Amino acid sequence: MKFTLSWLKDHLETDATLAEIVERLTSIGLEVESVDDKAALKPFVIAKVLTAVQHPDADRLRVLSVDTGSGDPIQVVCGAPNARAGLIGAFAAPGTYVPGIDVTLGIGKIRGVESRGMMCSERELELSDEHNGIIELPEDAPVGTSFAAYAHLDDAVIDINLTPNRPDATSVHGIARDLAASGLGKLKYGAVEPVGGTGECPVKVKIEAPDLCPGFALRLVKGVKNGPSPKWMQQRLLAIGLRPINALVDITNYITFDHGRPLHVFDAAKVAGNLVVRRATAGEKVLALDGREYTLTAEMCVIADDNGVESIAGVMGGEHSGCDENTTDVLIESALWEPLNVARTGRALGIITDARYRFERGVDPEFMGAGLELATRMVMELCGGEPSREEITGYAPYKYRSVSFPFAEVKRLTGLDVPRATCLDILARLGFMPKGDGDVVEVIVPSWRPDVDGKADLVEEVMRIHGVDEITPKPLAGHDAVNGKILTSLQIRTRAARRALAVRGMMEAVTWSFIPAKHAELFGGGSERLKLANPIAADMSDMRPSLLPGLVAAAQRNADRGIGDVALFEVSGTYQDDMPEGQRRVAAGVRRGTAGLDGSGRHWAGNAGNVGVYDAKADAIAALEACGAPVERLQIEAGGPAWYHPGRSGTIKLGPKVVLGTFGEFHPRTLEEMDATGPLCGFEVFIDAVPEAKAKPTRTKPKLELSAFQAVKRDFAFVVERTVEAGTLMRAALGADKKLVTGVSVFDIFEGPSLGADKKSVAIEVSIQPFEKTLTDEDFEALGKRIVENVAKQTGGVLRT
Amino acid sequence: MTDIDQLERSLVDAVASAADEAAIEAVRVSALGKKGSISEMLKTLGTMSPEERQVKGPAINGLKNRVTEALSSRKAELKDVAIAARLEAEKVDVTLPVRQSPAERGRIHPISQIIDEIAAIFGDLGFAIAEGPDVETDYYNFTALNFPEGHPAREMHDTFFFQPDEKGERKVLRTHTSPVQIRTMEIQKPPIRIVIPGKTYRQDSDATHSPMFHQVEGLVVDKTANVANMKWVLEEFCKAFFEVPSVKMRFRPSFFPFTEPSLEVDIQCDRSRPGEVRFGEGSDWMEILGCGMVHPNVLRAGGLDPDEYQGFAWGMGIDRIAMLKYGMPDLRAFFDADVRWLQHYGFRPLDMPTLFGGLSN
Repeated sequence: MKFTLSWLKDHLETDATLAEIVERLTSIGLEVESVDDKAALKPFVIAKVLTAVQHPDADRLRVLSVDTGSGDPIQVVCGAPNARAGLIGAFAAPGTYVPGIDVTLGIGKIRGVESRGMMCSERELELSDEHNGIIELPEDAPVGTSFAAYAHLDDAVIDINLTPNRPDATSVHGIARDLAASGLGKLKYGAVEPVGGTGECPVKVKIEAPDLCPGFALRLVKGVKNGPSPKWMQQRLLAIGLRPINALVDITNYITFDHGRPLHVFDAAKVAGNLVVRRATAGEKVLALDGREYTLTAEMCVIADDNGVESIAGVMGGEHSGCDENTTDVLIESALWEPLNVARTGRALGIITDARYRFERGVDPEFMGAGLELATRMVMELCGGEPSREEITGYAPYKYRSVSFPFAEVKRLTGLDVPRATCLDILARLGFMPKGDGDVVEVIVPSWRPDVDGKADLVEEVMRIHGVDEITPKPLAGHDAVNGKILTSLQIRTRAARRALAVRGMMEAVTWSFIPAKHAELFGGGSERLKLANPIAADMSDMRPSLLPGLVAAAQRNADRGIGDVALFEVSGTYQDDMPEGQRRVAAGVRRGTAGLDGSGRHWAGNAGNVGVYDAKADAIAALEACGAPVERLQIEAGGPAWYHPGRSGTIKLGPKVVLGTFGEFHPRTLEEMDATGPLCGFEVFIDAVPEAKAKPTRTKPKLELSAFQAVKRDFAFVVERTVEAGTLMRAALGADKKLVTGVSVFDIFEGPSLGADKKSVAIEVSIQPFEKTLTDEDFEALGKRIVENVAKQTGGVLRT
Repeated sequence: MTDIDQLERSLVDAVASAADEAAIEAVRVSALGKKGSISEMLKTLGTMSPEERQVKGPAINGLKNRVTEALSSRKAELKDVAIAARLEAEKVDVTLPVRQSPAERGRIHPISQIIDEIAAIFGDLGFAIAEGPDVETDYYNFTALNFPEGHPAREMHDTFFFQPDEKGERKVLRTHTSPVQIRTMEIQKPPIRIVIPGKTYRQDSDATHSPMFHQVEGLVVDKTANVANMKWVLEEFCKAFFEVPSVKMRFRPSFFPFTEPSLEVDIQCDRSRPGEVRFGEGSDWMEILGCGMVHPNVLRAGGLDPDEYQGFAWGMGIDRIAMLKYGMPDLRAFFDADVRWLQHYGFRPLDMPTLFGGLSN
């Protein structure tokens, strides 16, 4: 909402400075977004050319002697064809910034003749595109005074960032009312006297959609002369960014801003028959005032005559019946429109107008008639003409809302002590009508404040006018004990997983929750329920079923920038369906190129190898470990979801049912479809699936049992079928003696012709910890035998000889 | 010169000229071995007369001692030389670079770090952290938060929608973290003190707007919480978060459907240095958050009686306060996963924000 300072002062009697007004506006909730105080035009003064002689060395230049009102005449070299003795124009002294040419003037020599300033054109002052000559002012223009003030160009423009709850402040009058209520001047009421008029309005209005049009006022003014509106009106409209059209149209725009009352004018000669307010028929078309043709739907409200649609109600008038300089009889419309319908229509058609802006917020119903009278008066004043009587249709007397207001609410909600009388005074100045004299009063809400319907709203009115700065910060009631844990298990795991993966040399990415449909489909997603109806871009359409596609794409973007060795992770949400439970908390990561745990690339001590399935597995287990998963009980199954390499991927389970994660290298087809290249491996762990640890009565750790007997290590090598999984073999060795065998590690895998086709050798180191006595050779032999037997039983393996 | 003197000289020469441990050993055997020259000489003592033995005995034993001494000192000398030679041979170039430790390479994203900073501050004030789903119903995102159907305020939110279901209802991507206010009130009776960090979505994209961004919401509901308390909480937060001894904040009346009264908050700062914002000084005002007293209709939607309970709520952009505090110029880079950006603006994995150790260092 834009307005000028002088415009505001039409409604507000005040001595406040621009700065004071601006500060007050912001502090009462009318946030000033920008102020143009026209300071740029201040240095330009009115000056008179005393003499103009030909430049000695340039045909097109003249040397002027200029009276700027400050003593001695000043010499100026000027190239304008109209520069002549006696001309009065706008002068810029050296040091002045001239906006139209983006230059700060100095004293210069032009073709050898000194020039101490400049006589300006309109374009140089950015007033218009006129540049055929310098500005010419009337003979009585006062030399030596401010040009901007003389030309009324010094009217500061204030732009307010209006919140959607304040339709009353879509008008200069409403803004003045708020300022006056805050004590910054006196509101000029200027009640509108009805015009009266003679004869009935010949055009009748029939409202066929009363739910969309709660009132319609119309009047004919005959015999008007429509030309340009007066300069003062044009200047105000231009200042707020509106293009003057003609007097009739300018009046409607002016009143839209002056009183927040949008109006429409029809050229009566172009209206056929009576007007009907109705819903449009589906597919009905109208050529609107912006020159565009719109196709309407049956939900939209229109004003039609015998020719068809003449106006889109509350949004935009029609081109056909618009007013131009030939208009002699004008129909002035001041109507009420249902806000929601205006908002929907405007949105559906993509039309943003000052009328829509006001109607969708809600215009003052009680000003419908007054708006018509105000417009009629302005039309008569500026264009002449004979008004008919007004024709008011469908308007039921306004029912004022009443809010019960206990004064104690102000203190309860804000902490402010505002005396009862001050509260009443503030409300009254804003147009509220408090009734009663107890601790609770009934407050009648003015018709222009549709936003106020509860006592909290009245508290806000008192608070903002009394002053938010008056509220002294007060500590929140403290807690009288040491804080306990505030994070949930899931929050703790999320944080732990992040730090654990970062410690493994990975960088945390935050990628989009919505990904290309193709990527979603590749990773098991793409369901209709998770597709955005209005994505911001075609490749941001589907809620991600997995973090991996985003990370793979991110790794590839880095590779495309020349950084091929990257390790990225993310701990965030994925979406299985559109229910709250369908949002999983997942930790995932990818490694590309040679970005392994120990570093990437070439190194004198040994080059890093390509990343692979085991890197991903280690990351996955580290993340699970950080989340408190029982790592020693995890089961690794070969194979994973379809996006992985079937022979180089695994699934991490806890028991037969709980899947905690997957890991592996990616399927070549997945990478191809994503335009990504490897080496690339990744993992995903479902940190919300990790079972909650059992609540324990104490934090005491189990007793540490240290054996007095020496631990021993023994090596075994088994020849097994190539398909036998190392995990099975290790479990068999561990299971041979659950007490003595404390650990098994694999230290060599060998395949070769010497073993036979489809065979491999798995060498393990078994850690043995006696607890009761030192083991004898016989004990070791017996244990070794049990290990060999158990491995043979579980895997078919034989001891390698 | 006696035999003893002669032998001593030749042995001492032999010891001195022994070049390694093997040569020394050979000298030792030749002198002190079973058949060594000194051993042989000692054997002759038994055949001597007592008088002769009295003279020769000490002389031969003296020789033995001196030779033994010479042998061991030469042996030690040779060992030193050998170690010195080995050490010289084992010398390496210690200026060769070692690999960076993984923890040195890893990074935490600024958004995660800021959320931890926020948790540290509000944890101290007795707040818990609440979370909620990104895919929301129209009810939780709008209706329960007092957004009337079709109100322009809904339009201001540039909502992402999903396709309507069989009943014609369409889910939305939450446009703010405020739905969690309702979800929390539904399951928890006051007093409530929560902060709600999370992802939010609006159909908007430029250098300071991203279709996905992060918000942190705060909610206090009890029987006394008012605007004065809210001002205190927010001032304390800003001071702690920006790590400055004082801040100046400007509370302006504003409008949000879910609060009444509503306020926007500007923070005083100095933006005169390019790429840097200093808080607690300067003459600029920067909008930083929105807040207000929880609207009675929102309390009702949460199952609370607005005449019994009251409270305040606020919301601010996590990405935005991250940019203000740490100076990232462009929001879009937050979601690009450019490792150069992560390396530069990210945080080291062991830099845990705490109040006792400082939020940042």
